[in-house]
Amino acid sequence: MIFTGILSYRGYRYLWWSLGLSTFAVLLFASQYASDTARGNTWQGYTLGSIAGTGVLWLGYLGVRKRRYAAGGAPMLGWSSAHVYLGLAVFLVATLHSVAHLSFTIHGMTYLLLTVVIISGIVGVYLYLTCPRATADNRQGVSRAQLFAELLDLDRRARELARRCDPRVAAAVRSAVERTVIGGGALAQLTGADRSLFLDPDRPGPAGEPTLASNAEQRAITEFVSSRIPRGDKRAEVATLQQLLPILFRRQAVLRRIRRDIQLQSFLEFWLYVHVPLSVGLIAALLTHVVSVFLYW
Amino acid sequence: MEIGHFRTVIVGAGPAGLSAAARAAAIDADNRTTAPSYVLLEGFALPAKTIQRYQKGKHVMAEPGYLALRSDFGFAAGRREVVLEGWVKDLEQRKVNVRFSSEVMTISGSSGRFTLGLSSGDSLSAEAVVLAIGLGGNPRRLNVPGEDRPQVQYQLDDPGAYRDESILVVGAGDAAIENALALAGHNAVTIINRGAEFSRAKDGNLRDVLAALNDPKRRVQCLYQARIKSVAAATGEGGPLEVTVETAGGESRGNYHRIIARLGAEPPRKFLESMGIRFPNERTDSVPELSAQYESNVPGIYIVGSLAGASLIKQGMNQGYDVIEFINGRNIDPADHPLLACRFQGLPFQRPVEESLQRLKTVVPMFTGINALVFRELIIESDVVVAYPAGAAYDQAKRKLTELTAADPSGRAAERATRVVREGDVIYEAGDFSTSFLTIVHGEVRLESPESAVPTVLERGDFCGELSLLSGRPRLDRAIAGRGCVLVETPRRIMLKLMNSNEEVRKEIDLMFLARELQRQFAPRASVGRMKEIAARLTLRRYKAGERIVTEGEAGASLFVVRSGGAALFRGGNGAATLVSHVQAGQRFGETAVMGDPVRRETADAVVATELIEIGSSDFLQLVELGGSQVKNLQQRVSEQVRESARMGVLPDAGSVLAFMMREGLGEATNVLVIDETRCTGCDNCERACAETHGGVSRLDRRAGASFAQVHIPVACRHCESPHCMKDCPPNAIRRAESGEVFIDESCIGCGNCQLNCPYGVIKMAYEAPRKPSLLSWLALGRGPGPGEQKDYRPSAAAKAIGAKAKKCDACIGLPSGPACVQACPTGAAQRIGPAEFAALATERQQ
Repeated sequence: MIFTGILSYRGYRYLWWSLGLSTFAVLLFASQYASDTARGNTWQGYTLGSIAGTGVLWLGYLGVRKRRYAAGGAPMLGWSSAHVYLGLAVFLVATLHSVAHLSFTIHGMTYLLLTVVIISGIVGVYLYLTCPRATADNRQGVSRAQLFAELLDLDRRARELARRCDPRVAAAVRSAVERTVIGGGALAQLTGADRSLFLDPDRPGPAGEPTLASNAEQRAITEFVSSRIPRGDKRAEVATLQQLLPILFRRQAVLRRIRRDIQLQSFLEFWLYVHVPLSVGLIAALLTHVVSVFLYW
Repeated sequence: MEIGHFRTVIVGAGPAGLSAAARAAAIDADNRTTAPSYVLLEGFALPAKTIQRYQKGKHVMAEPGYLALRSDFGFAAGRREVVLEGWVKDLEQRKVNVRFSSEVMTISGSSGRFTLGLSSGDSLSAEAVVLAIGLGGNPRRLNVPGEDRPQVQYQLDDPGAYRDESILVVGAGDAAIENALALAGHNAVTIINRGAEFSRAKDGNLRDVLAALNDPKRRVQCLYQARIKSVAAATGEGGPLEVTVETAGGESRGNYHRIIARLGAEPPRKFLESMGIRFPNERTDSVPELSAQYESNVPGIYIVGSLAGASLIKQGMNQGYDVIEFINGRNIDPADHPLLACRFQGLPFQRPVEESLQRLKTVVPMFTGINALVFRELIIESDVVVAYPAGAAYDQAKRKLTELTAADPSGRAAERATRVVREGDVIYEAGDFSTSFLTIVHGEVRLESPESAVPTVLERGDFCGELSLLSGRPRLDRAIAGRGCVLVETPRRIMLKLMNSNEEVRKEIDLMFLARELQRQFAPRASVGRMKEIAARLTLRRYKAGERIVTEGEAGASLFVVRSGGAALFRGGNGAATLVSHVQAGQRFGETAVMGDPVRRETADAVVATELIEIGSSDFLQLVELGGSQVKNLQQRVSEQVRESARMGVLPDAGSVLAFMMREGLGEATNVLVIDETRCTGCDNCERACAETHGGVSRLDRRAGASFAQVHIPVACRHCESPHCMKDCPPNAIRRAESGEVFIDESCIGCGNCQLNCPYGVIKMAYEAPRKPSLLSWLALGRGPGPGEQKDYRPSAAAKAIGAKAKKCDACIGLPSGPACVQACPTGAAQRIGPAEFAALATERQQ
């Protein structure tokens, strides 16, 4: 095999490590069942807590290790594989340590943060495993820069053809090209929402001038141009419109791919905006939790 | 009319003749003779006709840099006018006895009484004659139909005389380069270079022509591996020419105003033969046989300068000085003598330098035909390696050498000193990418191959390293210094230069390459001598990139061994052919055709420019016979190949992945970065890792590059088998590590030639990036731009002063954990693979 993935790294080495750690944690937890004060303050509880705490710090160290490029040793792939499996194990260990004893204190807060971080991590793993393939399928071997280049070329051709048409059509097509919206804020990228507009001649304003209407998915402009074909005044114009229409549809297809590409890329990036800052918060909360436990012993 | 009698007549007032006359004048002054004992005769009205005819303002160079000038006349690099003015002044000051416009028409008589007839009808007599007439009169011609048209010229007097013309300059030597550059000011110039690089040019010219070719503002371009096929009138007589040019990419036709052919010159053989001077062979470029004191076979006639093979001004001037000393009975050492002495000082047998040199030349059959001066240069530029038995002998030799080099404070001795090793030391290792060429002059060298249990022993006169020299492939065996071994280790560049200028050397190396290749492939135990017999019968075939070699279904009765380049093999007809295999240098294909199935089962196309050795059935049978038990291995390997081809033949998708890789030029790659698009999250950690481990400048562009079947080949160095970037690097700064990585060292001068030569766009010119705050201070305090290459960074004043230098991937040669890009990929999407894994990748993609 030339390529191996995060999960299958070295024959699922860290899955086995993680299962081992989990089994040990469960057995340790079970061993304190006789005691009725099992809430993390038994020796087993402290042990589990220490493991979970060290684990969280180690998991957080990934952010530093990832950037120590000349560090040598195991490749980053090994670190990410371990990060995923041991992250899950650490969550189990932490859960056993806290025995789901939640409260609105720094202790409960720490656990809550851990939960969110772990869930975001699981989401991240899912996205890392699915989005690259989806991106590659969507791009079909064409880079984003090439897609944009094609779009610019289509824009130019659409404008040129539109110039030869009736001024109303020309204005509509030009506005559709100019008011095509790609990307935007976080929400727009994540949802892939299309807020493209165009000046719709069929919806005249008070002075008879065209008004802005939605052109999401380039649907409205293609409908408008196709509707003009049977109503064409001159044969030459009809011929131009016939040429224009496939270009608009090609634009539609390219725009869809670009938008999908941006959306998939945003999936790959945005989960980290949850995972990373909350991890930093978690480490802060964890340290507070440990200090306060020892302060109020 | 008899003008007079002289001790010495010097014919030709070029650099060599001027220097000779100046020496003679100095000797006269020493002896306080009243009448000059010599005369300098020049057919032209001014001194140094060839340099007079250099284009105006031309920069005259003083190469080779390592050689000191030894002349009573001054000479340093400078403008043509300054150099000439200096010599005219020197002529006056030293009151040199010179007669201009006195062309020598005949020389007769014998030593002690020569009679020279001049064009004026006058005559004079002399005891000795020094011929310093150069080659200027006999330019080599194009030898193509239409070469006699007036617009085809062999000389350029004033480049300013031509404006807004399109001009072809033919040749890749110094004259061609200088003409082309001078013309390019006001004309569009195309250089026709027969070779793939400018290997014959002086370093300075090489640098200039490459800089000009790289500069988009200058209208100079070069067609490599090109030659003019024919010249015809495009519109009518006197108008532009229609020139057909043949290149590796095929024939092309274009219109040009003018052709300037600078193909060197040939000795005025008839004139020399008329006075009884012999030439060693029939080749038009051969130079007369001369003694160490420049005396020809006719006693009393001495030959110096370019006619004696000294193509450079400084060499000619030194010879002029020396020859007069010799004639006057003063036995002095040549100017390069100390350099050679350094080379030989560690040898176990201490002999005079000239004798050692002569010995080296005679023990190696291949070297005997080389011109003496070229041979001196070869030894000066090569390492002389000597092996002593480990222990006292070695220690003593080493100590002696240290003392000798320490005695020379200039460091020159240390730089060119003999290299002392122990017997049994490894000179190169199997798998090394080193490219030097070894010639054994004494003792033995053992070659151990991982494939064969018996080592090959090379003896005096043998050589090795031709494989890496010719194909760029890594070494296949280990070379070990044997008993009493003395060898000459020549750098690839010098060896190529020699091969380009000496047909015998080229032929001998080619033949040995073939013989060793045959031995390795078919009969490891047979003698090289036997193999050479067979090799001499074989044909070497050359193919351009994309050219068809054989077609599936046609009859065939030969197999091919890839000497350099590579071929792609397809099955399933021309329409929807499936690529089934890729063969590289050192591998073979088509064996089934000589093993009982005389039909081509695969179509083969050259992937890059490729050289193949074709072996017919009868030769193959003979090889198999010589190979003895080797035939079993051969059959086994062929059956493996057939199996693999048939398997790949039914996996058209895998074939299309392989075809994609070949299209992207991986056919010549040795180590390439591939990205699995189904795993790449686009985090760019690979690029950041690259920048962080390479002074803040990334050498890879992940986004760029082609993709197919979810395999992405980013723009990053592939460490080609024969790196394009290594061609024409003026300071020789691009090197190949013995482990295969191609890298650029600190001696880069930033000419940008490698960037232009790289077909894959992986080299960039960049300033040193400024240093950044540490990672932790960025993480904790947000200081600095963070990891990775800072786009549009501002180079420091110091970095600007150094200038932009070429930057490329070095496959993280110094990092023990391997390439940082692969190491840093968090999802395992990036891998560096070699040709052995291409098929595996293709099938993995399509399972």
